[in-house]
Amino acid sequence: MNVTGNNVKKNSSGVSHFGDDAFKWLTLLMACSVFVLIALIGFELFNGARPSIHKFGFHFLISSSWDPVNDVFGALPYIFGTLVTSFIALLIAVPLSIATAVFLTELAPLWLRQPLIMFIELLAAIPSVILGFWGFYVMVPWLHDHVYPFLRSGGGFLPFFQGPDHGPCILSAGIILAVMIIPIITSVSREILRSVPGLQREAAYALGATRWEVTRIAVLSYAKRGLFGAVILGLGRALGETMAVTMLIGNAPYIGASVFAAGQTLASVIANEFTEATDPMYSGALFEVGLVLLGVTLLVNALARLLLVTFAGPRMKPQN
Amino acid sequence: MIAANHKARQIKDVLMQVGACVCAILVVAPLVLIFYHLIKLGFSSINWEFFTQLPKAVGETGGGMGNAIVGTFILLGQAAIIGVPVGVLGGVFLSEYGTPKFNWWLRFAADILNGVPSIVWGLVVYGLVVIPMHGFSALAGGIVLGLMMIPLVMRTTEEVLHLVPAGYREAALALGVSKWKTVLQIVVRTALKGIVTGVLLAIARVSGETAPLLFTALGNNTWAQNLKQPIAALPLQIFNYAMSPYDDWHRQAWAAALVLLLLVLFINIGVRFLTRDRWKSKV
Repeated sequence: MNVTGNNVKKNSSGVSHFGDDAFKWLTLLMACSVFVLIALIGFELFNGARPSIHKFGFHFLISSSWDPVNDVFGALPYIFGTLVTSFIALLIAVPLSIATAVFLTELAPLWLRQPLIMFIELLAAIPSVILGFWGFYVMVPWLHDHVYPFLRSGGGFLPFFQGPDHGPCILSAGIILAVMIIPIITSVSREILRSVPGLQREAAYALGATRWEVTRIAVLSYAKRGLFGAVILGLGRALGETMAVTMLIGNAPYIGASVFAAGQTLASVIANEFTEATDPMYSGALFEVGLVLLGVTLLVNALARLLLVTFAGPRMKPQN
Repeated sequence: MIAANHKARQIKDVLMQVGACVCAILVVAPLVLIFYHLIKLGFSSINWEFFTQLPKAVGETGGGMGNAIVGTFILLGQAAIIGVPVGVLGGVFLSEYGTPKFNWWLRFAADILNGVPSIVWGLVVYGLVVIPMHGFSALAGGIVLGLMMIPLVMRTTEEVLHLVPAGYREAALALGVSKWKTVLQIVVRTALKGIVTGVLLAIARVSGETAPLLFTALGNNTWAQNLKQPIAALPLQIFNYAMSPYDDWHRQAWAAALVLLLLVLFINIGVRFLTRDRWKSKV
């Protein structure tokens, strides 16, 4: 090493290392904000919910009395509403989404794929409040006139399709949720189907399989785990959706079999009642509802991520 | 026998293909229908008054949503001030500095945050800002949207920075440029278009958020005075007007919904147009 080399080395270790270190630490600090935020969310919810947790304990989850006047709270009807609406949403969204993903990766002519993908991404971009608004004034009356009578006549012997309907109900909330989670399930499923190796398909074609058989045997069954992850991801989204559901579910606590009844979800009860909750126990109960909602969505999302990571999709795997 | 089986398989094949096609049409239908109804019901109410006037009291017709439109932009401005620097720098760390294992946890945490229900964000910022400040405020609304932007921006920034060829970094470092200057002046600058795209998409995403604003920004019927007071926002106004029993308010809510949807779609489509080449090559 000559003198110049030493100088360069000296310069870079003396002057500019400070900038390097400072910048690195700054970015590290900003990156760690995600950990801080998670901790903060947990802390704030727990802090707000403390009075309610102390008073009701585990009973909060299995009690169905919600009585702000007497300060007695239980979240069971809301847990029920959240699960049922999300289940209905999955029932509708999963077949539609996966079929659309298959259409996009296996069947559609190339010129059609791009515009269709854009349409689906735009559907995902529609604000929840607009979907709720449209759902309330356009979709619900239409369902009421055309779909519900049909369901009643076809499936009226089932307990699900009995009971009066007054417009907004559990079923309409589930349908709007399906509209909201279809884009995410479709686009994640599409990524997964795209990552299925071409050899899989070729091998099946070589055995004389038809296009559908190739899709079923070589593509869908190969991608099972990843698709399951996509569905769970959609479920995570459905569980926490607030505005559209609040506008379409009718907002009355309900536990029962009829999908025509008005219901209430964890998210919608917070949206509806939080501004009225001046009493610490009341707001504490709503904070605890939020805590339950957070816990459920975190679990579901973490499960989805793990499924997607373990499925050998190149984009889903952690890089490096 | 074999021929019949073959026929049955082919029929099934055609049926399934048609079925998939029908599903794709069903999936896209709501977008078209929503657009159609918003234009049908909202377009006639969009006029100069709508953008410049305050809402009128119940019973009086006319008035506009000027304050809500201004309020939405104020909230988005605050959100960008919080969300963009933190998100972009965090993304830089993920792409340029982090070790694989630590990055895995960071990404995992960011994805988890992206999955936190928006109403829960509202509760958190209520506890964090509204209670200590003893009141609903525009500041709280900006903060909640800003926090929601952080994980979104972080992930997209990281993704675009990965697209910058390693050769660029090596070339700059070989010339003796320090690492942080390389990152800022070469890597970030090369990927700037992509970063801006990510930021715009994040803004579009939070611009329609209503639930987190319900008990942070709260809404207001007058012009925004300062950040310590409640502020109106388009999505809040849509919600309140849509759920009201007055026809004239419904009319305005349709118009507001159309304006908000156009804003969101405009950003989304504009961004696609801006980054067309990269986007095409991805598909």
